[in-house]
Formats: sequence, C-alpha cells, structure tokens
Amino acid sequence: MREQILKYFKQDKLPHVFCPGCGNGEVMHAMAQAIDELGWDPTQILIVGGIGCSSRIATYTIFDSLHTLHGRPVAFAVGAKLANPNLKVIIVSGDGDASSIGGNHLIHAARRNMDLTLFIVNNYTYGMTGGQYSPTTPLGSFTTTSPCGHVEEPFSITDLLVGAGAPFVARTGTLYFNELVKLMKLALAKNGFAAIDIFTQCPTNYGRNNRLGKPIDLIKTQASILVPKEKYDLLEPGDRVGKFARGVIQDVEKPTFLDHYRACILSTRKAVHHE
Amino acid sequence: MAIESYLWQGSHAVAQGALKAGVNYFAGYPITPSTEVAEFMAYALPSRDGIFIQMEDEIASIASLIGASLAGAKAITATSGPGFSLMQEGLGYAIMAEVPLVIVDVMRGGPSTGLPTKPTQADVMQAKWGTHGDHPIIALCPASVKESYYLMVKAVNLSERFRTPVIFLTDETIAHMRERVQIDVDEKLYIEPRIEPKDPRNYKTFQPDERLVPHQAKFGTGFRTVVTALYHDESGFQNTSAEVAERFNKRLVDKVEKYIDEFYETEEYNLENSELVFVSYGASHRTVLQVLNDSKNPKWGFLRLVTIWPFHDKLVKEKLKKAKVIVVPELNMGQMVKEIQRLFGDTKKIVSVNRWDGELITPDQLRKVAEQA
Ligand SMILES: Cc1ncc(C[n+]2csc(CCOP(=O)(O)OP(=O)(O)O)c2C)c(N)n1
Repeated sequence: MREQILKYFKQDKLPHVFCPGCGNGEVMHAMAQAIDELGWDPTQILIVGGIGCSSRIATYTIFDSLHTLHGRPVAFAVGAKLANPNLKVIIVSGDGDASSIGGNHLIHAARRNMDLTLFIVNNYTYGMTGGQYSPTTPLGSFTTTSPCGHVEEPFSITDLLVGAGAPFVARTGTLYFNELVKLMKLALAKNGFAAIDIFTQCPTNYGRNNRLGKPIDLIKTQASILVPKEKYDLLEPGDRVGKFARGVIQDVEKPTFLDHYRACILSTRKAVHHE
Repeated sequence: MAIESYLWQGSHAVAQGALKAGVNYFAGYPITPSTEVAEFMAYALPSRDGIFIQMEDEIASIASLIGASLAGAKAITATSGPGFSLMQEGLGYAIMAEVPLVIVDVMRGGPSTGLPTKPTQADVMQAKWGTHGDHPIIALCPASVKESYYLMVKAVNLSERFRTPVIFLTDETIAHMRERVQIDVDEKLYIEPRIEPKDPRNYKTFQPDERLVPHQAKFGTGFRTVVTALYHDESGFQNTSAEVAERFNKRLVDKVEKYIDEFYETEEYNLENSELVFVSYGASHRTVLQVLNDSKNPKWGFLRLVTIWPFHDKLVKEKLKKAKVIVVPELNMGQMVKEIQRLFGDTKKIVSVNRWDGELITPDQLRKVAEQA
C-alpha cells in the first residue's frame, strides 16, 4: 500500500512542508490512491495548484506540475486543457484560492463545463498566511482577522457550483477517507467539470484559534456537521442550519466546452462547403 | 503568390502577423481599442484548428495563455491600459516561469478608464515596470499597419527564442488606422521553432542552455515538467535560498539583455548630417515623418525606436552622438525622454514635446518646437 502511494510523489522532496496533523496529507494520499485505482498513465496527468498550503500538494507529485498564482489555478488549467485536450488536468486549491480570489474563474469554468477536476481543500481558513478568515469560515469562529468572532456567513461551495452549472459536485471530509477516494475516482473519471469540497483540518491555525483540541478532535468536529446527502435532503430547513450534505451532490451529463466548440467548427465548415 | 495590395486595419495586421507566426491560441477580454484583434482571431482560429476563448477577465486571459503555452500552444492576447494592468501579475509569472507568449497592448488614454477611444503612448513605463520585481522585458512598437504585421511575427519569434513574454506595444492610432499594405501573404518568413528536450532521463525543467535559456518540455510528453514561479532550482522545485535567488534572477535578466544586439531594432534617417534628431516611436513618429517631409531641412533627422525595451544604452548613445538637439515627441507626459536624459544628462539639449489629451501632436506643433530649439 505504502509503495503504491509513494510512487506518485517525489520521494527526495519528502517530508513535505505541512504541519503535523494537517489534512493535506490525507488529501494527497486519497488522490494518489484514486489515480492508482483508475490505472491512469501518470505521464498524461497535469496537476495544477494555486498558492496556499494545499496548493503545494501539486509540487510534490511526479506528474507534470504547474504551481501557479494565488486564485488562478483554474484559469491556468483552462489554457493547458484547451491546448492539449488529451491531458487529464487536476487542480488542487484551497478554500481561499478557489472561492475568494479565484471565485470568478471557479464559476466560469463550471458554467463553461471545462473538462477539469478540482479538489478544494477546505480548511475554513487561510493556512499559508497564518490563519485569517476565508469565505468558508463559519459565522462566529475565531481567526487572526476575526478576533471577536467572524461576522460573515460562509459559502456553501457546492451550492455555488451547482448554481454555476457544474455537472459533478461532491463534498466530504478527511475523516471519511474511503468516501473521499471513491468520490475522487468519480470526479476524475467525469467527462466535464467535476469538483469536490473537502473539509480538511488545519490544527495549527483554525483548530488552535478556536480551541478545538488535538487534530483528531478537529477532524471529528468538522465531520460532525457533514450529513449524508440522502439524510440531509430529508431535514427540515431549520435543521439544516450549520450542517452540510456529504456525498455526491450533483451528477448530470452535459456537453463540455470542447464538445460545443468542435461541433461549432464542424457546422461552420459544412456551411462553407455548401456555399 | 505574389505581392498584392490590401487595405488593412492595424489590428488586423497584428492578427494576420500572429497567424503567420503560427499562433494557435487566443484568450482575451474585450476592451477598446484592442477588441478588433480578438474579433479577428475569433473568426480565424477555429477554422485553423486553433482555440479562441473570451475569458471572464484579463487575469484569467493571461493565466490561460500561460497554461496553453506550457502545453505547447503559441499563445497571444490583446488588451489595453486597464486590462494590461490586470495582467501584470500574470506577466510576472510568465517571465519568472519562462513562458513564451505575446501581449498586444493597444495604448489608450489613462490613468484608469481615461480616454477609452483615443490614442496615447502612456503605457511605455507600464510595459517596462508594471509587474513587480527586477525582470527583463522585451517590448516592440510599430509605426505603420504594414510594420504591425512583420513586427508581430518578430514578437512571437522572440518570445519563443528567449522563452519570455513579449509586449507588442501599439496604440489606438496605428491599430485603428487603415493603410494600403503591399505584401505577399505566402512569403516564407523565419518562424522560430520551439526547442524540445530529447531525453527525459537527464531532463531538468529549468536547465539553461549555453544561451541561458531553458527548454521546458510540453506538458503531457512524459518529461515530468515542474513549473513554479517561486524561486526554483534547475529541477523546477521551489528553492528560496539566497544562492538560488541570486543566481536565478541574474540569469533571467541576462538571458535577454546580454543578447540585445540580436534583436534590437531602430530605424534612422540622416543621422550623419543632423544637428537636430527626433527620437520617436509608434504614432508620434508619423508626425515626425510629416515634419521632415514638409520642411526638407538637411540638418534634421530621426531615430525611431522599434524595440522599446530593453533600452540599448550603447547603441542609442552612438547613433545620437552627432546630434546637438534631441526632440522627443510622445503622446504622454514624457516617459521615453527620461531614458534619453539619463544617457546624455545636460551634455545635449533635450526637448520633450508632449500631448496627453487624446489628440495627436500636429506637424505644426512639432515643427515650431524644432525650429525654436
Ligand atoms: C495576489 C495574492 N494575494 C495574496 C497572497 C497571499 N496568500 C498566499 S496563500 C493565501 C491564502 C491561502 O489560503 P487558502 O487558499 O485557503 O489555502 P491554504 O493555505 O489554507 O491551504 C494568501 C492570501 C498571494 N500570494 N497573492
């Protein structure tokens, strides 16, 4: 098992920079396992990260890797995918990277149905810059920039993506490792824009600022608000407050940007031909 | 095919030049006065198996260009002042990660939304210093529609040769003007090939060759390419040690500036005999041509900068050594004139002629200044 996972990483660059107890390791592990189980050719994978702790995951893999700018990995990935549609393009991005500074690229890639897979490592905070609030920080929680408790409502990234038209949207947490691997396989295999919102523990910043105990306690706290989608759907609206559905949230088929683009070229060529 | 006459718009000449150079990826966001380039590419690229995409903003446009270029495309965008400002972070990334691409900046009046439909040359310094940090930049500036075509081919070639972004710095006047262009569109022009590494075993993404340029493999070709714009060692892996930072940044600048003679381009007239020399570029050069044509003064000449950046101190100094008076007309408050002042201090009379109201400097205005200088 260890070898099966390790072979996807630059072993001479390990150990990685992540703090003890950080959930990025679980995400790395799950991703490598999902790719391995799919039996993909590593030379056809491009992994793209933004800027942030979680985005660094990209740099440790043996795939072609593109460590980009804060908030922009999706836009970089769009270019790479369109220039070489054979590439399997995976993006690893933090909650801040993906939904704050990168929010515009996120919704438009979803709307256009770009064939990309996005893993959003949602630790409720800006880890790399030392624990400021992000668009997913829960109301009332403490961060270095919300010392009196956060005054804003958080995003549900999955609602946002469903609204933007993403054909595959899922959510889970690092506690549910097997579910994470399963969802990653579905997302990777999806023809079209596929994203997973992964609740991930940041014990150093979010956990410490909110006195949430050891990493395992934090993992459990984050997992406790995740309710399986089927059960979540049965909850009264009032009971849904503060809870998030986990599992596959949306899975539909629709043509990708390139499907439409190619069809348009073909029809133009035919039109020209008939003149 | 033979030479034929076309009535081309400057923007279309830029787009035609790009296609000639092998550009097969365009991403952009509409902005006056650059939109004609995008519209031309939207029409031309799909039927040539290229990609055109109108992105959600200019930040995304340049980001997608970088991704496309690293995956093997020849990629360009076109924008103007406000959009060029939004691209600055991405421009820095492309410089740092050594990614070939071309940004066409059709200069309009600024700052900010300014004069969207009128010409200026106010982005000269933005092109040079708009992105943060010490970095090399190549910027080219055409003064006619025909030149826009050939210079765009050169811009794409230079970006491939040096693996660095090139700024194609044109302006509203040259880009919106229509001129008769006599050209053989099938003429064989030199197209710089992208050098591909051969052996994945000894491959390092940022291993420079003897000309200081690394040759990254395209994504998806089995080389394990590693790209970051953090400081990095030759392997491409992040390394922020003082030694790596010192060495890397030096090479980045040297790879362009040491080879400036290879690509630096000027046009000149009558420098041997001239006491007064106009130093100009782009739209303001058209006024210079009219003045020289009207006055026929045998002691007047011009030096036109086609390569705007990097500035070639030695060559410009040499070319202007006989001039007693240097007149620098610019559609801004005086940006390039500062480079001339830096070269000559008060050893020569340097006259800055400026206009920033969205109108061109008239031949009358410029002739009067020259006569009194
Ligand atoms: C344009 C820009 N603004 C700000 C930063 C500073 N910055 C680096 S990482 C980061 C936030 C990272 O948070 P997130 O994306 O949630 O990832 P995490 O570190 O928590 O994994 C910020 C604000 C930057 N690098 N670039």
